[in-house]
Amino acid sequence: MTFSLNNLANPSRFLSFAGTVIPWLAALTVILLVIGLYQAFFVAPVDYQQGETVRIMYIHVPAAWVGMGCYALIAIAALGTLIWRHPLADVAAKTAAPIGAAFTLVILVTGSLWGKPMWGTYWVWDARLTSLLVLFLLYLGLIALWQSIDDPGRAGRAAAILALVGAINLPIIKFSVDWWNTLHQPASVFRTDGPTIDPSLLTPLFVMGGAFLALFVLLHLIAMRAEILRRRVRVLQQTQVAQAALS
Amino acid sequence: MKAALALLRRDIELAFREGGAIGVALGFYLVVVAIAPFGLGPDLNLLARVAPGLLWIALLLAALLSADRIFHNDHEDGSLDILTMGPLPLAVVAASKSLAHWVTTCVPLALLAPVLGLLLNFPIDTIPLLVLAMLVGTPAVSFIAGIGASLTLGLRRSGLLLALLVLPLYVPVLIFGVSTISAAVTGPGSPWPPFLMLCAISLASMVLAPLASAAALRTSFR
Amino acid sequence: MSTPFSVTLEAHGIACDRGGRRLFEGLSFSLGPGDGLLVQGPNGTGKTSLMRQIASLLPLAAGEISVAGAGDDTPPAELCHYVGHLNGVKASLTVRENLTFWTAYLQGSPGDSIDAALGVFGLTQIADIPAAFLSAGQKRKLALSRLFACPRPVWLLDEPSVSLDVASVKTLGNAIEAHSQAGGIAIVSTHVPLGGGFTHTLDLHRLDPTEEQTP
Repeated sequence: MTFSLNNLANPSRFLSFAGTVIPWLAALTVILLVIGLYQAFFVAPVDYQQGETVRIMYIHVPAAWVGMGCYALIAIAALGTLIWRHPLADVAAKTAAPIGAAFTLVILVTGSLWGKPMWGTYWVWDARLTSLLVLFLLYLGLIALWQSIDDPGRAGRAAAILALVGAINLPIIKFSVDWWNTLHQPASVFRTDGPTIDPSLLTPLFVMGGAFLALFVLLHLIAMRAEILRRRVRVLQQTQVAQAALS
Repeated sequence: MKAALALLRRDIELAFREGGAIGVALGFYLVVVAIAPFGLGPDLNLLARVAPGLLWIALLLAALLSADRIFHNDHEDGSLDILTMGPLPLAVVAASKSLAHWVTTCVPLALLAPVLGLLLNFPIDTIPLLVLAMLVGTPAVSFIAGIGASLTLGLRRSGLLLALLVLPLYVPVLIFGVSTISAAVTGPGSPWPPFLMLCAISLASMVLAPLASAAALRTSFR
Repeated sequence: MSTPFSVTLEAHGIACDRGGRRLFEGLSFSLGPGDGLLVQGPNGTGKTSLMRQIASLLPLAAGEISVAGAGDDTPPAELCHYVGHLNGVKASLTVRENLTFWTAYLQGSPGDSIDAALGVFGLTQIADIPAAFLSAGQKRKLALSRLFACPRPVWLLDEPSVSLDVASVKTLGNAIEAHSQAGGIAIVSTHVPLGGGFTHTLDLHRLDPTEEQTP
């Protein structure tokens, strides 16, 4: 099968593509998750400072990659909706938002669970976590906007505009939160990335990253397939109403 | 240009004639600041310390109260259709209406802030800077609110949805607005770096937000 | 109405989608100076949508509309007047202020023809009364007064006779005729006979939904 984006751009071809890929991707996700979780919980060494709690990192950090990458995906899809008016772009953005929000929630929950042993409290207004909290709020706004507009065409374009406004604002928000954070308290004790990580921790981290990425793509494909079918049902119902009005 | 002025003058005149919105926003500002000490306790030192943040947050909420009216009335009575048929690009229409919101809502709120500051034991010699920072920072508030108002135009619960969409975008304004004032009151550092950031955010919002608002308005015509 | 207009309006194979449904397609017409187009059809066939498409308020699903003005490249929307179901009248402004604003906004200069325009439908006596006190018919007359205060070659009138009395409908019919004689184009959808002056008629009818393709 010749693989090209043009092939996928057609919703019907996308459906058949998703149908073939989903089982394989599901298997891959399970395999990666099993390997990654095993390594994270049984192979990876214990941190001499943080003890067993360092294992939260193997959930927290990959979730952060996916949660932030998902917003980038939505912003790119927003361009697709506004400039190329591509029907799949809107489907992709709409279905990605709740998944991205879920991953961001995982970041916030694991971050606060990690914070309890580290800082002695479940929430510290650490710059990184605070920025992710704002990202979570942006996700909520996008989802709420999609839910509030009945006409799918208008909903898609409005949400695309909001997603781009958010994408322009996110670096400014990140910058201002960092600035605010250094103003109010010294830089936090620990960092979730950077050179402080030992190579023996990196392998499980990357396996978990691959697992979360596969999980995201899997969930996204399933959600996109459901959304396309939902839109077809809607069109069929509208046609029935129109026919009833005619006869 | 004359068309833009005519539109701006009409919007300001309408806001003052219909009266209600400005009064409600000012009243809301007063109430929020007035009940805060009941939650925080009457300790004057504590109130002085939280005053900059409290004054800014209450201002944002009060400004949002009237934000969903920026395009609502013109949408409802058909004026918005006719506005698109004039010589102005839609982005200029959006900018003019956001500016009218700033003049009729944010400026009165910023001018009321010193009075409320007195209730919170806010140092009197910093009041000019408080008003200045609010006047400089609130164009961003009105213009970003314009994006939210155009996105939620004609929707159910548009006011609530608007707040959910727009408040996270106010984080930088809030941070630099409050930092300007608290740097002047308690230090450390000079109030001018955050003040300049506030200016930059306002200027960028005034240029970019109308483009987003215009695009959002176009989606509501379909 | 003193300025003679020369403008042509052409539509080539235009189509309209609303709410995922195709309302009409393959619509073409060509109107020259002095032409009048009467748009007819049952509810929900896209009369209002067609008007809004010409006014650039709705995107075209297919085809194109060109309005050629007097040699310059004025955008089509600026050559048109659109009077739809909503009047665009502000209740807290007086009758005169409403019209003065729209004239100043639409042409960028305060018109000197406000009083004459108010006179067409006999609104002169109530010119300084807030529009809140006006009846539905008077508000509609005020909306229609824009046509005279700020001359534009193309009139798009969507059910203009709604809530007008018999005498006013006659005045409106005469005004449309005078506009045509001055070389203007009028596109009107109406259920009430508005008198002569229409050189073309367009009948919209429902598309058979079974022929639709799913998007």
